[in-house]
Amino acid sequence: MEKMQFLAMIQAYTGIGIGLIIGLGAAGACIGVGIMCSRFLEGAARQPEMIPALQAKVFLLLGLIDASFIIGVGLAMLFAFGNPLLSVIK
Amino acid sequence: MAAAELTPTEYISHHLTFLTEPIGNGAFWALNVDSLVMSVLTGLIGVGFFWWIARGATSGVPTKRQAFVELAVEFIDDQVKGVFHGDRHKLIAPMALTVFVWVLLMNATDFLPVDLVVGFFHLLGFEHWRPVPTADVNTTFALSLSVWVLTIYFAIVVKGFGGWLHELFCAPFGAFPLLWPANLLFNLVEYISKPLSHSLRLFGNMYAGEIIFLLLWLWASTGKVGTAAAIVLGLGWAIFHILIVVLQAFIFMMLTVVYISMAHESH
Repeated sequence: MEKMQFLAMIQAYTGIGIGLIIGLGAAGACIGVGIMCSRFLEGAARQPEMIPALQAKVFLLLGLIDASFIIGVGLAMLFAFGNPLLSVIK
Repeated sequence: MAAAELTPTEYISHHLTFLTEPIGNGAFWALNVDSLVMSVLTGLIGVGFFWWIARGATSGVPTKRQAFVELAVEFIDDQVKGVFHGDRHKLIAPMALTVFVWVLLMNATDFLPVDLVVGFFHLLGFEHWRPVPTADVNTTFALSLSVWVLTIYFAIVVKGFGGWLHELFCAPFGAFPLLWPANLLFNLVEYISKPLSHSLRLFGNMYAGEIIFLLLWLWASTGKVGTAAAIVLGLGWAIFHILIVVLQAFIFMMLTVVYISMAHESH
């Protein structure tokens, strides 16, 4: 029964950790993308002839801003399906 | 695929396990055969297609296939021209085209339904098969470490070995000997973080995308409402994933060009 308690504790805290990783990462990524896109819209409104050039850069920067968040999601998935912290009680 | 009853975790773990063959002792010398085979296959398809079209290219009115290839080459050339201001036709632009096409094809294997691919390879006798090479950390690190080696090589070629060492120890703060540790630390952080972020961005996008696909399809096993929800959300995610596949290949290519052109600059 002790083992079950330890297992439950590890799972519980891992669950909270996964939620924090994904949630905080998503918050950061969305706020960053929002700021970037608002600047793009402002620039596009001032100079419509720059729209094609700026649009290519927008997509590039989108991927760069998303990077940390996606890496965090990958790590969170690792904890969800192959939790290395469980090896201490197996 | 004949399935005994799998629990959800088993289904996901089965789809996330590589076909690993050890060729020495220990875990370092274990090859992920499925990633190797799929990456070589997609590389041959991509490079082979471009070679086939270029071989039969005419300077008259182009066929639709030749026009497509010319579109791709011109697109890459424009992007490289905006970043790299040296002789780009010798190496950088062809390498950018190769990287873009190869990574795009490797990412695009994610469009094949996973269960069908695994079922096909079950018939051939393989127990596991992951069809997306870029969802394997090894592949993305191989690509980004090759780019990293190229940046160091070009930095040494352009600045000389002594010049490169000088820049390692004296930029960005200054040549005063007491600043050497600070400069070295800064430069080391840059040298380590660039290949790490370069590869993990691509890996994370593909890996997370695959897991979300698996989770959505698992939903379909819970009954009619689950199936309807899985179809709707799965379709939405698949359409979004098309954008991600192309975008990540483009970003990988742009960063390759940017890193190599940064190595050509001197401070």
